[in-house]
Amino acid sequence: MTAQAEETRKAEFGQARLRKEDERLITGQTNWTDNIKLPGMLHVAFLRSPLAHARIASVDLSAAREEPGVIAVYSGADFAGEQGSLPCAWPVTPDIIIPDHPPMATDEVRYVGEAVACVVARDRYAAADALNAIEIDYEPLPPVLDIRTAIEDGSPKVHEAGNLSYDFLLQQGDLDAAFTDAPIVLERTYRQQRLIPAAMEPRAVVASGVGGEFTLWSATQIPHILRLMLAMVTGIGEQNLRVIAPDVGGGFGSKLQVTAEEVLALLITRKLGRPVKWTESRSEGNMTVHHGRDQWQYIKLAADNDGRIRGLDVDLLADMGAYLMLVTPGVPMLGAFMFPGIYKMDGYSFRCRGVFSTKMPTDAYRGAGRPEATFAIERIMDELADQLGLDPFEVRERNWIKHEEFPYDTIAGLTYDSGNYEAATAKAKELFGYDELRAEQERRRASGDPVQLGIGVSTFTEMCGLAPSRVLGSLAYGAGGWESASIRMLPTGKVEVVTGSSAHGQGHETAWSQIVSDELGVPFEDIRVLHGDTQVSPKGMDTYGSRSLAVGGMALVSACDKVIEKAKPIAAGMLEVSADDLEWSSGRWAVKGDPDKGVNLGEVALATFAAHALPDGVEPSIDADATYDPENFSFPHGTHLCATEVDTETGFVKIRSYVAVDDIGKAVNPLIVEGQVHGGLAQGIAQALYEEAIYDDDGNLVTSTLADYLVPSATDLPSYQTDRTETPAETRLGVKGVGEAGTIASTPAVVNAIVDALRPFGINDITMPCTPERVWRAIQDSRGGEQASAAEQHEARQSDQTQGNSPQGVGDIDQSGASA
Amino acid sequence: MPEVTVTVDGIKYVDNVEPRLLLVHYLREVVGKTGTPVGCDTSNCGACTVLLDGESVKSCAVLTVQADGAQITTIEGMAEGGNLHPLQQAFHEQHALQCGYCTPGMIMASADLLRENPHPSDEEIREGLEGNLCRCTGYENIVRAVRRAAEAGVNQ
Repeated sequence: MTAQAEETRKAEFGQARLRKEDERLITGQTNWTDNIKLPGMLHVAFLRSPLAHARIASVDLSAAREEPGVIAVYSGADFAGEQGSLPCAWPVTPDIIIPDHPPMATDEVRYVGEAVACVVARDRYAAADALNAIEIDYEPLPPVLDIRTAIEDGSPKVHEAGNLSYDFLLQQGDLDAAFTDAPIVLERTYRQQRLIPAAMEPRAVVASGVGGEFTLWSATQIPHILRLMLAMVTGIGEQNLRVIAPDVGGGFGSKLQVTAEEVLALLITRKLGRPVKWTESRSEGNMTVHHGRDQWQYIKLAADNDGRIRGLDVDLLADMGAYLMLVTPGVPMLGAFMFPGIYKMDGYSFRCRGVFSTKMPTDAYRGAGRPEATFAIERIMDELADQLGLDPFEVRERNWIKHEEFPYDTIAGLTYDSGNYEAATAKAKELFGYDELRAEQERRRASGDPVQLGIGVSTFTEMCGLAPSRVLGSLAYGAGGWESASIRMLPTGKVEVVTGSSAHGQGHETAWSQIVSDELGVPFEDIRVLHGDTQVSPKGMDTYGSRSLAVGGMALVSACDKVIEKAKPIAAGMLEVSADDLEWSSGRWAVKGDPDKGVNLGEVALATFAAHALPDGVEPSIDADATYDPENFSFPHGTHLCATEVDTETGFVKIRSYVAVDDIGKAVNPLIVEGQVHGGLAQGIAQALYEEAIYDDDGNLVTSTLADYLVPSATDLPSYQTDRTETPAETRLGVKGVGEAGTIASTPAVVNAIVDALRPFGINDITMPCTPERVWRAIQDSRGGEQASAAEQHEARQSDQTQGNSPQGVGDIDQSGASA
Repeated sequence: MPEVTVTVDGIKYVDNVEPRLLLVHYLREVVGKTGTPVGCDTSNCGACTVLLDGESVKSCAVLTVQADGAQITTIEGMAEGGNLHPLQQAFHEQHALQCGYCTPGMIMASADLLRENPHPSDEEIREGLEGNLCRCTGYENIVRAVRRAAEAGVNQ
């Protein structure tokens, strides 16, 4: 193939194509689950526990059953024989405690919001009304709200088996040697606050069953996994269960779940023989969609005087919440491999204890384990730089893996296939105007400007493309990590692409069309991508962990290869030449040396449909399926820089500029890539500045509405400057994944910038979210009540540093606020 | 039950509704205008924004009976004669949506914003859309889309 032909064939890959998905979304013709109306459909409303921990003493449903329009009222006892236990697919240690988790509580409730009864009524208003007539008496039990004390002897228990679910340890290299006689040992405690994913579409479920065959529509990221799990939980034969994820309005991990409401909707439709719908309210969702993060991170880093890292010791307490849901215990474990980040070291230890509390279970939330790890390593690298009086980039560069050292086996046991941290950093510094901003920072410090400038660095990497099945097996994960794709060649030359990766806003329909267009030589417009219905797309592992393109895209090209190969003998017959005389060129089979003589796949598809004159022994189909299991994770990386202006008189933080240079390998569609980065940044910045799920001392969720839980609006976020470097992954497509990069990178960049602004005050941490109050209090505490100016603080600190005194940390400055 | 007469996207409807029926539920479940979604229950997210007599309202914060006699425009009434409204076109071209759940409300709020201020600065766009939440885009491209629509002379 000539270089020019290659150029033509690859025309779609890399183009900023506008999305195919948009038309229905911008015209209001979207098929959300809550839009579905079926004949005879009933509406379900759930009564939820008002107490964090209690025994259910008595249940009286009789009055509710008399309410107008009510068809049925159930409590947990009504499902006792059939509801099973909600699954946990990731038993991370052999002795992990996985408590029974009935979809509807029967004897005991363990978090506010746990379902205790439900009403099935003619419409949603009648169902909600009748909830008020249900009488339940509770015997309160002590809530367990702080996992740091929950692991102590004598703590009240969430489950009889104890509050420690698991204790996982990974030790690599020689940590003792690394810490012995290390000239620098830094110890820090970082808090990953609890977050609410808050996808804009609330969850919704519709269930219907006819003649023992059931269909469940759900606002889910995982129709395939859900189908399998629902079959296992309810005993409905998998062959009799179809799961459909219609248009789904965002997930961010929160719809990577098998929920109580999905199981119960199926059971109710089976009991009543009528279709049912449940749509959650936002307040219900804040309480009962699984939460994210919630870890205490105890980090120790040993280094030499030149800044070279010797070892890293990570000890985590991770709040599981009241039960282990689908991948609850595994989320912190994804961090196990990521704490070393892009840095070389001789020893590493990772310990994670998963601890129960009487709160909503935690589970995957955008980044899932990697944001927590990246935050800790990138924060403590800044501490190391500060300790040594070095620029944050200088200390990073002394430790990071150099571009010529790839592939590189990390201390955590991964093999990073590719990367170029130097290139991303150089580009980011230039776009940011790093040196100029440092000069301005120095001027503001010297002049005692009440608004101080801070510069935050984050040189991150992450692992995505989840995941090689054998690695998942070694980590005790319950499934594989492959992905599936099918190509159906229609007689008119149009193409149906079936993917097992279930989109919910990412743009699969567009990007997959671009890839297939190049591979098969079929116009972009002639391709339709089908997904999210187990009857249309029977095999799949769904969408999470930035896996769709890195894994599903590879399945796609593999299926395309098979189509092309299957077409070859048929094309040879049509051209009346030997198959050996054909070459695949510019999207068609053509005679070698005579490129004008050839047929495209549409022509082959039509000939195959007719099948009048196929060569002997050739099946009349060029359709193909492929399943791809990745050999390795992919490792996007990048350098993010954030400039914050911190008002030292009010504590208000303003992001002045944000530069994100990401290396996600090859980009199929730069428009979609940029959008993913923007959205990721917003969620990472939100963790740094705004969001926190707060429970009060009784275990009530205080942030149960969007009035209380601060999902940022357009005024709360800056404009972002994004760019890319391109170090292809060592796979055929060269893609890495971009769904979570922005979230993973940005949180430490923002907090590093705030701390950098406040270094003159001796401040070395602010607990997230860095609200004005927390920033202001940290400044007040540092002043010890005296109104020293920024310039005086700056001067005093410089003198401290020359004397070798390290400023004291003020992490956890506001723990009463954090847990109140 | 009170009788209401409401014109939705140019079609007149007369219905008897419960006094407590929210306008968004009337639109979705009585009229069948499911293009307008519900994103919260505290009127914070703006997903359900429609135009009521030309001004944007969060239809979860309006009772149907309050809309008696009103002209309602939903996202489904924005395209005319098979042509996308310039704001719809701009949202498409600037990649101002991902999952698209906030998009109907975001476009309706943008229409009202440009009616009041046909040439807003980026800061004014951000402030004008403060009552509409998006979890996917980080707002960058939404601001860009509204700016483009304004440059193209959209004032409604």
